[in-house]
Amino acid sequence: MSARTVDKIATGIIMAVAGFIVLILLGLLGYILIRGVGHISWHFLTSAPESIRAGGGIGPQLFNSVFLLVLTLIITVPLGIGAGIYMSEYAKPNRMTSFIRLVVEVLSSFPSIIVGLFGLLILVNKFGFGFSLFSGALALTIFNLPLMVRITEQGLRGVPLQQKEASFALGISKWKTIRSVLLPIATPVILSGTILAAGRIFGEAAALLFTAGMSSPRLDFTDWNPFDARSPLNPFRPAETLAVHIWKINSEGLAPDATQIAAGASAVLIIMVLVFNLGARALGRYMHNKFTAAK
Amino acid sequence: MQHALSAKKLNVYYGEKHAVHDVSLDFAEKQVTALIGPSGCGKSTFLRSLNRMNDLIPSCRVTGDIMMKEHNINDRETDVVALRKKIGMVFQRPNPFHKSIYENIAFGPRYHGMKKKADLDNLVEQSLRKAALWDETKDRLHKSAFALSGGQQQRLCIARSVALRPDIILMDEPSSALDPISTSRIEELITELKEEFCIVIVTHNMHQAARISDKTAFFLSGRVVEYDETDKLFLDPSQKETSDYISGRFG
Ligand SMILES: Nc1ncnc2c1ncn2[C@@H]1O[C@H](COP(=O)(O)OP(=O)(O)O)[C@@H](O)[C@H]1O
Ligand SMILES: [Mg+2]
Repeated sequence: MSARTVDKIATGIIMAVAGFIVLILLGLLGYILIRGVGHISWHFLTSAPESIRAGGGIGPQLFNSVFLLVLTLIITVPLGIGAGIYMSEYAKPNRMTSFIRLVVEVLSSFPSIIVGLFGLLILVNKFGFGFSLFSGALALTIFNLPLMVRITEQGLRGVPLQQKEASFALGISKWKTIRSVLLPIATPVILSGTILAAGRIFGEAAALLFTAGMSSPRLDFTDWNPFDARSPLNPFRPAETLAVHIWKINSEGLAPDATQIAAGASAVLIIMVLVFNLGARALGRYMHNKFTAAK
Repeated sequence: MQHALSAKKLNVYYGEKHAVHDVSLDFAEKQVTALIGPSGCGKSTFLRSLNRMNDLIPSCRVTGDIMMKEHNINDRETDVVALRKKIGMVFQRPNPFHKSIYENIAFGPRYHGMKKKADLDNLVEQSLRKAALWDETKDRLHKSAFALSGGQQQRLCIARSVALRPDIILMDEPSSALDPISTSRIEELITELKEEFCIVIVTHNMHQAARISDKTAFFLSGRVVEYDETDKLFLDPSQKETSDYISGRFG
């Protein structure tokens, strides 16, 4: 066989495998969407679930997912960007640094059910945070923080050295250079990376079962005082998220329309994650173009 | 004659590699000094040690003294931030910031304490005029610096250094990435700037050195072979290696 034939055959096989994967993905997406989209309505998105009657919605769960995401990002974005700056600009390349890097890698790839059980033992019981948004956010921090560190580090390393030299040559301090020259250039990468990582924690369930809990108290959406027990903004209340809700009604749902609710909720979840992914790409591309537009 | 800067027995190493050997050179105020020599002979390395830019390279080690007035730049205690304000640098490839033309110039002075908008406006205009760039940019000061041509970007980088009113400007092959017309504009600019500044310029273009410099140092394998008035060095070199190099027999 000539090299060209081999090349053609190999290309063909690779294309077939790739096509097959894309097909599976499209099939899966299509299946979930087609089954669920019909059930999505304004009422479904905004009203509270019913336990035995039909006609329940996913309003509080949707709110919980978004709120938990925001809480997590409030913790991980400043810490992650700070640590990323340290790792990329200040840490000397030695064994300690590579050890930190290893820990970061391992943490981000921890099985989520383990993180959930760890959260139950330490956060919920030992520290007494109970089943709460706060415990959930700390558990999610374990996945999200390492990602934020890596994203920031990658963003900063991607900035051409010439930019740093230009700034130093003007007698600008290192910290000011990082803040005013490097970070603005790295921002598109950091921002789109953050959104991608956010999409991942939005769909997380296993780590939240035993931390944020599987129930949501009756919420009073007119009470925005974060210290009231019934306020949606209270970070110390239990909060079932959308992904956890899907898992729960699938396994123990009693309402007669449990199947449709699970299908509708899955479709909503998939759509949200898609929005995160496409949004991250679009934003990254937009900001990149804006910076280099004039070229 | 007052020396703006003098290097004494300067040695630079990259790990084990000895890139600059025992170089002693004096740079006069209001003069252009050219550093010439074949590629890899240590011109950039030497130049970058004058404003401690080599601090950025972890493997790099510098010994010897660099005197600016009574002050030794190579001292551990030297405040490199203050130092680099006094010694500006222009790089081989134009490297404007990802900011507007105005911000490219105002960024440094504002950091060093100039806060009033009127002062900054004024300084931006003056600096752009000095770099012969004002007429081309006055209508788009707040547009990205990346919209400028390569030659304009390099003049912006020169304006950016000039805006800090340094004593010395170091230039590392500032026109080697530019077309002939941009190159000659940069050369004119350097000739004007020397009225105010001490300029040290690395070039591997010998004609450029002959056109714009007052003194020339010829580097070979990390050593200075000859340092003299430019006319003397090109017309009547005292070393055989120098005459070989300038007559194009190697490099
Ligand atoms: N960052 C570096 N690390 C190791 N060696 C280097 C580095 N930069 C330059 N060198 C070496 O030092 C010598 C001098 O380089 P350089 O100063 O760039 O020469 P020139 O500017 O005259 O072409 C060369 O042999 C080069 O390979
Ligand atoms: Mg060089």
